[in-house]
Amino acid sequence: MVLVFSDDKKMMLELLGKGSEIAKELKLKLNAVIIGKDDTLAKEYISHGADKVFVAETDLNAFKAEEYTDILDAILKEAGAEVVLIGSNKNGKELAPRLASKLGTGCVTDCIKLYVKDKKLTAERIVYSGNAIVVEQFNTKPSIVTVPSKVFDPSPKDSKHHGEIVKKKFDVNKSASHIVKVQEMKSEGVNVEDAEIIVSCGRGFKSKDDIKLVDGLAGALKGKTIGCSRPIAADLKWLSEDHWIGLSGHKVKPKLYVAVGISGQIQHIAGMRDSDIVVAINKDPEALIFKSADYGIVGDLYEVVPKLTSAIKEKMG
Amino acid sequence: MNIIVCAKQVVDVSEMKIDPNTKKPILQGVPQKISDIDKNALEEALRIRSEHSDTSITVVTVGSSDAKERIKELLAMGADGGVLVVPPQKYDYHVVSALLAEAIKKIGNYDIILCGEASIDLFSGQVGPRLAGLLNIPQITYAQNVKAGKEKVVAERNMGEQMVTTESTYPVLITVTKEINTPRLPSLMQILSSANKPIKELSADSLGVKLSPAIETVEMKGVPMERKNIVYKDDVNESIKKLVDSLAKEGVLR
Repeated sequence: MVLVFSDDKKMMLELLGKGSEIAKELKLKLNAVIIGKDDTLAKEYISHGADKVFVAETDLNAFKAEEYTDILDAILKEAGAEVVLIGSNKNGKELAPRLASKLGTGCVTDCIKLYVKDKKLTAERIVYSGNAIVVEQFNTKPSIVTVPSKVFDPSPKDSKHHGEIVKKKFDVNKSASHIVKVQEMKSEGVNVEDAEIIVSCGRGFKSKDDIKLVDGLAGALKGKTIGCSRPIAADLKWLSEDHWIGLSGHKVKPKLYVAVGISGQIQHIAGMRDSDIVVAINKDPEALIFKSADYGIVGDLYEVVPKLTSAIKEKMG
Repeated sequence: MNIIVCAKQVVDVSEMKIDPNTKKPILQGVPQKISDIDKNALEEALRIRSEHSDTSITVVTVGSSDAKERIKELLAMGADGGVLVVPPQKYDYHVVSALLAEAIKKIGNYDIILCGEASIDLFSGQVGPRLAGLLNIPQITYAQNVKAGKEKVVAERNMGEQMVTTESTYPVLITVTKEINTPRLPSLMQILSSANKPIKELSADSLGVKLSPAIETVEMKGVPMERKNIVYKDDVNESIKKLVDSLAKEGVLR
């Protein structure tokens, strides 16, 4: 069977989408796992293509990699699986390799393409800060793959699809670690990943206050999403991390991406390379960002941005 | 306290060039270095040592014999000893984590194993959780702040939307993020005085690891990015006018 698991419902529907495709090709059943008690969710996963949903009851009230690994391990021992797909959020990314080590099997994280070739499960992932793609094939089963959100389409709903719900409590060892506190991160409620127009700022800005220039430009473009490179979010903390675009930040694909005062390190490019149109503003004509841009202006952002903002307002009436 | 730091030798991605024809990265001749986040892991070990007397730090690297030079940098930073494990010809994370696990068992008692959250070349983030799984010990991933007490360790973990504080007894494996600290640069004196620190060399054979890779890389492809690369360099007002016209033609001004 193909087994899918994520603690994130949205990711789960995407995993069911890809999972059913792989299951069909390999003539396998599609099974889903829910850790915790949730019958309505189980029914929903069935209507989105799951043939069987294992609801593993647990005393844990939050995700723990050690115990979740043992629960999945127990389900796999009972039901078996050829392919395991796990949602690639941070929880999934620490769960999948631990599970792989317990099973002595292969794992590919953050897969962007997944298909069967020469009867082998084949996964592609981005390496070298977005400069290359490796194609990996599995020699072992189960083959474990983690999939980031929005890579695959969610499975459509079919209320006529039938499936079975298996409720069970698995006795797993308690890990010597436990969660003491969970705090919501300071967030400005920004979702750069869904934005159609993004204006981003980098180290070219001299102070936090100057970021209002980016706000103004984004406003003129009728976008309201502000992005930034690593230093602005991680080091200077001028913007919260939900603005951070790059290899370790968010990956975006807007229709228009405007990079202001961003040098264009490959780690940043890795986060915005899928944008439709890229505009760069930088005072350094040699800045790497121009190599990844469709249009660029060499100039001082403190002069260019206000002028560009009014020119766009004028053009758009 | 005994601390083990896992460090990987990687190509310096920022020095990598792209072949203009194949669009594939050229890996030959690119300088090698210790993966940045693994240096954060060592720095954290050094910080913990400064709070706990009688702490020894061993760095373990799986890599070719030229990685010895890189291990010397880590010894200069302050690690007490190094272990280099030369892998078999074919290896993947399944093999590498088994080599690390066996090498660590050979080193003996340990309280904390520190790793970077991922290596900067391939960024899979598998080795930490795999190693913890093989050794059957708790894992604390993505740590941004670590407080190591006598009996237990408490770490704050950046889980994206949440900051999760996790506590564990020893032994424990911790992976750290880049934000946890700033790795020190060794002084010339430290570099010179570390020359006699021991580096032990092990191999898959000497560790009795006879595994084959679970995954095979069948191809590496380039990532072509088609961009127009039109850069306006003249007068700012003129440049802005041209840019606005181009954006209007692209249909993004609505």
